[in-house]
Amino acid sequence: MKIIAAAISGLLFAFGLVLSGMTDPNKVQSFLDFGGIASGRWDPSLAFVMGGALLVTLPGFAWLRARGRRIEMQRGVKRTPLFDAHFDWPVTKSINAQLIMGSALFGIGWGLSGYCPEPAISLGVSGGISLLTFLVAMGVGMWVARRIRTQ
Amino acid sequence: MHPYLQSAIGGVCIGIAALWLMASLGRIMGVSGIAASAIAAEKDSAWRWAFLAALVIGGALFAWLLNVQGKPVASLGVLTVAGLLVGVGTVLGSGCTSGHGVCGIARMSMRSMVATVVFMGTGAITVAVLNAIGARA
Repeated sequence: MKIIAAAISGLLFAFGLVLSGMTDPNKVQSFLDFGGIASGRWDPSLAFVMGGALLVTLPGFAWLRARGRRIEMQRGVKRTPLFDAHFDWPVTKSINAQLIMGSALFGIGWGLSGYCPEPAISLGVSGGISLLTFLVAMGVGMWVARRIRTQ
Repeated sequence: MHPYLQSAIGGVCIGIAALWLMASLGRIMGVSGIAASAIAAEKDSAWRWAFLAALVIGGALFAWLLNVQGKPVASLGVLTVAGLLVGVGTVLGSGCTSGHGVCGIARMSMRSMVATVVFMGTGAITVAVLNAIGARA
């Protein structure tokens, strides 16, 4: 069930990515081109994608958490997800140099290529040698960074 | 359909995917984290590989069905550097556009909001530099 549930999420995500146009790196770069707002060459699509997603996740996550708390209080039982043992909500709160540094580097790579991990992975098979190159480099970067980062 | 509306509907699908992953498996839909953990062969990663496989198969299938194409905008050399930066950056920064941008902001996490502003900021600066030196396709 866990595998099927994860696959449903991946398929829905892929559909959303393709439909939203975010698999086109030129569209992503055009969003990041804030200098083009005045001249009208700016493409706000990505903001609509994030807005659409937040429209679901903002109330959805709040509902999941409130419901979990309520059930725990009323019945004293720990609320679990449908097919797993516990909710793995992130607990890290610190805003540190590693977070800022990492996000800054990610942004540079994102701007250079127009790819963040999502569309790069979802286009992996069909995107040819360019995307494979990007994906291999991304995988190497992830592997190396996991060795040097501190929790 | 207006392209912005289409983008927003695509976004809603992405949001539903994130909400479903949390409701069913209790996990944040952060693609960089899922990929990095899968590569590192963390235990209990079967669901991660299933998610990634569905993302790849779905991406190819829907791009074909909707006849969507995305041409690379950079050379192989630039893509290699960009890939390394994205890989290192998302691990050190603990997330990317999905984990921080969609899920983190939805949790009202200050950490994710800061991360999102930073990567959008450096992304914008990078594109501005590419424009300035005439290196954008």
